[in-house]
Amino acid sequence: MKKSYKIEVDCAGCANNMEQAVNKTKGVKSAIINFMAGKLNIDFEDDADINAVMAEVIKNCKKIESDCEIYI
Amino acid sequence: MNKKQKKMLTCIVLSIVIIILNVIIGPVKWLETGLFAAAYLIVGHDVLKKGFRGIINRRAFDENFLMAIATVGAIVLGEYTEAAAVMIFYQTGELFQSYAVGKSRRAVSELMDIRPDYANMENESGELIKVQPDEVETGSIIVVLPGEKVPIDGVISEGAASFNTSALTGESVPRDASEGDEVSSGFINLSGVVKVKTSKEFSQSTAAKIMELVENAGERKSKSENFISKFARVYTPAVCIAALAVAIAPPVFLLISGNEPQFSVWIYRALTFLVVSCPCALVMSIPLTFFAGIGGAGRAGVLIKGSNYIETLAGVKQVVFDKTGTMTKGVFKVDAVHHNVIDEQKLLEYAAHAECFSHHPIAASLKKACSSEIDEIRVQNVREISGLGISAEVDGKNVLAGNSKLMQKMNIGYKDCHDTGTIVHVAIDGEYAGHIVITDEIKPDAAEAVRLLKKVGVTKTVMLTGDLIQVAEKVAEKIRVDEVYAELLPQDKVNELEKIIARASGGGKVAFVGDGINDAPVLARADVGIAMGALGSDAAVEAADVVLMEDKPTVIAKSIRISKKCISIVYQNIVFAIGIKLICLLLSAVGIANMWIAIFADVGVMVIAVLNAIRALKV
Repeated sequence: MKKSYKIEVDCAGCANNMEQAVNKTKGVKSAIINFMAGKLNIDFEDDADINAVMAEVIKNCKKIESDCEIYI
Repeated sequence: MNKKQKKMLTCIVLSIVIIILNVIIGPVKWLETGLFAAAYLIVGHDVLKKGFRGIINRRAFDENFLMAIATVGAIVLGEYTEAAAVMIFYQTGELFQSYAVGKSRRAVSELMDIRPDYANMENESGELIKVQPDEVETGSIIVVLPGEKVPIDGVISEGAASFNTSALTGESVPRDASEGDEVSSGFINLSGVVKVKTSKEFSQSTAAKIMELVENAGERKSKSENFISKFARVYTPAVCIAALAVAIAPPVFLLISGNEPQFSVWIYRALTFLVVSCPCALVMSIPLTFFAGIGGAGRAGVLIKGSNYIETLAGVKQVVFDKTGTMTKGVFKVDAVHHNVIDEQKLLEYAAHAECFSHHPIAASLKKACSSEIDEIRVQNVREISGLGISAEVDGKNVLAGNSKLMQKMNIGYKDCHDTGTIVHVAIDGEYAGHIVITDEIKPDAAEAVRLLKKVGVTKTVMLTGDLIQVAEKVAEKIRVDEVYAELLPQDKVNELEKIIARASGGGKVAFVGDGINDAPVLARADVGIAMGALGSDAAVEAADVVLMEDKPTVIAKSIRISKKCISIVYQNIVFAIGIKLICLLLSAVGIANMWIAIFADVGVMVIAVLNAIRALKV
């Protein structure tokens, strides 16, 4: 299951770290952040509860950059 | 500027004012400290806050945290001015970065602003109403007014207008279209009101597809981007460890050797290290460059599906073309009539009539060349002789039209042709009447395209074709390609390309250029597959890595040139940014550079790297 989210993050280094953090989140098969397009594309595990995973994703991203926004 | 940026700007200006005020008032000890503290807190409060959060989240290499340590450390050492200045510079840099990113995002989306917002449809009473483009069903009639974008692909059913196609093709000359002509979404109507019968859904239309391609381009990351990501991950920890070493090792060494340990000097130098520990400028300038490069290329009519393909394109040393439809127009045309015993037009008329029930492109070219109207009633007893030609009765006369084998079979003495091309021999009532030479026209800029490729550093050009070797060689000679492989079946093309790639291994990339018809497997197999003028073909867009919106071979060289420029900017930025950082570290380790110089260099590098990156937008 692939989904695309709009994100807002100012610093490319943070985006980089966020991408890593999202990839490490349970339920995420793979994730790519397109910093310039402001997009986060996530490929979820097949049995993942997307809402729960996204809540975790947001939590992990906020830890890295409290200013970042992920629009669900 | 957005709200966050404006707030930051206010903080920066305010703290600068306070510092200037401090200089004017002059040194009153207690006031000076207070003013500096105020300036420092105003400009740096969110860095401190984020840094604190970084510790809670156990992220020791958080850049805010490191910045906080560096400045707080400076304050502890009594360097108030430096602490405030570092914070101001740092925040200015961050602000600039955020502004530049937003600005170039907008610039690129403006360049590629082809997404229509609405479609006009007529309701029952004939009034125009605006509807969402994705609600329009295939086959509906939409109205496009002057100044508006065509929202959905379709065919003009009423009216005529000239269209600006530059967003799609990069071509600045407007294209005239009238009833029956196809128009693509993204064209801008310049003159008249037209009604368009849609032939696709919005999501399948050209504009939507282009936007999708451009938006998803960032997902295929290039080697340089991955390199920088990895570099950033080790850079910050490495600099921090180095800072720790600078803070501890020299004083301990001095202490052991019985000298003054000079703790504060070495701690100051270590703090300076922390100031340059943020890799952000570097990390940002690379995707920014690729983004700008892809945007700029898009404006020039070159859709590049990912930054990795920019890298590959820049390293292309061999370009392999398909012939028909790529270097030639793919449209057959009667070139000459030789040895005709009757009038040229008369001969064409007989041949065209004999072939009038055939759908072969050769037959189409004959019909086109025939000046009189084709009258099917004049034709009787049409018999197709497989692989040879056609026998028919035209105006009661027996007409044979076909290749030399047909003439041999029918025992008709024919004359060979010295020209290359497809030869149609014609015999009337058993007598040889002459032959017609049919060729596929070479595109007017094909030779120029090959010349330009050599100019951008391509060492070898190769042409593959299913056509006859004589025809292929003639075309090859005219446009001056280095090698030609002819009489290939579609699967042979893949094999030939694989051989070329195998031979090239290690020495440059191989690009394949085709029109996307029948050559999707070849496009997919090449290091970089370039589909030309292929927006109409889904298979081609899918298989290709680069899509040229215009049907012009010269654009191939242009896309390589754009990629080379983009890559050179990327390399400049990598070398420049890493170089300056290393020099900074070195100079501060030996005490030549202080915190001022370090932060100034760091922010300066970023500004220059960003401005350099934006250069990729101009192609």
